[in-house]
Amino acid sequence: MYVAVKGGERAIANAHAWLEEERRGDPAVAELSVAQIREQLALSVNRVMAEGALYDPDLAALAIKQARGDLVEAVFLIRAYRTTLPRFGASLPVDTGAMDCDRRISATFKDLPGGQVLGPTFDYTHRLLEFRLAAEGGEAAAAAERRAEPAPVPHVAEFLGRDGLIEPAGDGGETPPDLTRAPLELPAERALRLQALARADEGFLLSLAYSTQRGYARNHAFVGELRIGRVAVEMEIPELGFAVEIGELALSESETVNQFKGSRTEPPQFTRGYGLVFGQTERKAIAMALVDRALRWQELGEAFTGAPAQDAEFVLSHADNVQATGFLEHIKLPHYVDFQSELELVRKLRAEARTEDGR
Amino acid sequence: MESRDADRKAWMGLLAKAPPGRAAGLLDAAMARPDFAWLRAPETGSVMVRGRAGATGAPFNLGEMTVTRCSLRLGCGTVGHAYLQGRSKPDAEAAALIDALMQTDRAGALQAAVLGPLAAERAEARRARASKAAATKVDFFTMVRGED
Repeated sequence: MYVAVKGGERAIANAHAWLEEERRGDPAVAELSVAQIREQLALSVNRVMAEGALYDPDLAALAIKQARGDLVEAVFLIRAYRTTLPRFGASLPVDTGAMDCDRRISATFKDLPGGQVLGPTFDYTHRLLEFRLAAEGGEAAAAAERRAEPAPVPHVAEFLGRDGLIEPAGDGGETPPDLTRAPLELPAERALRLQALARADEGFLLSLAYSTQRGYARNHAFVGELRIGRVAVEMEIPELGFAVEIGELALSESETVNQFKGSRTEPPQFTRGYGLVFGQTERKAIAMALVDRALRWQELGEAFTGAPAQDAEFVLSHADNVQATGFLEHIKLPHYVDFQSELELVRKLRAEARTEDGR
Repeated sequence: MESRDADRKAWMGLLAKAPPGRAAGLLDAAMARPDFAWLRAPETGSVMVRGRAGATGAPFNLGEMTVTRCSLRLGCGTVGHAYLQGRSKPDAEAAALIDALMQTDRAGALQAAVLGPLAAERAEARRARASKAAATKVDFFTMVRGED
């Protein structure tokens, strides 16, 4: 029996009004503007764009403001908005080799073409709280400049590949599968896995990647390269018959270089894991590369050790925080009838047990 | 690609990457806007951005970006298009107008008053950022280890 129940409308409306008031906080404290969030909480904005799978810093900043800083809720808002947009098409694959790099480091080669460029990083900071910022002394001195020599910044894998020391990146010119158009089906090819990982929850990917480092599907990753910067996005315009640049995105790219003993068909060589994420999001880019590499065990002829990070079904089914939070949080909504039937069942079983005991 | 197409590709790319409101401001400072008819009024949608596995391998879908596009026709029949990142309809309108006008005898004036300054400002912004990055480039030096 399904019983429809009405009610609670006034309570809901009042709850939402109170939420608005709480979101604003103490009115004596200046209100945050969307532009302030976009400029000063840029890494939160980046995370919401990456996991919302929609690049638009102003919208992500607005979502963060509306969600009171709850980033998973903000991601949810962005995903919901995205579904209202008509799709104009797909871009040509971005050329990260032509990136205007803010940051580019390699943990495998000290001296490499293009050099080690630290960029605006938290690395090497002492992680001491800066009370200067609390005292409203947030004005920053201008960053130092040095004459930049325009020179190509080739990918590390490119020069390892010249000697055949690393597997080729593989090819495939066809249209990749799209998670936003067709439900995830397993087994999932690498293109589909990469799409799922790029929009996956950062915390989930971080933990999985960490598990591979601790020995669950150990694959000895080195960060061959990490680069962060801006790349142009080009799209074929049907009205014109040629491709034009339609904008520019900040991206984080990480490629790992992993040990590989070789197999029956392949000589010993390094293998690769790949991470590419919207915005400056290097923790996630590195984690994505580690998990991508762990998921490739089958195509590389490695053993399945039962590690969670190797299990595509486990990883891909649980990586999306909007799906996860939707299912998790739905159990707090009214289940009165379901529970009533459970209650009746337990009472009946208890009554039967008592009768059998002769009590 | 013909050189006319290559020129158009270059100015459309420049307009797409201009800061919000900048191209419209330069256009209005340069000339009165001509009359036009919409072929497609500005609309905001998304474009799926693709990457490649391992930077050079098989393509995959990275995520979408917001894009606003429009098409218009000037009184003389010239058609202008715009595809711009973001959700600004006024910016898309200005970009499509400039795209159309660049195919007319106003091209020289627009090149000088709009596209030239946009290109110079973009070059300067890129130079400044590249210079900050260059200042964080590591210069390694080897420590003397004791033996001869």
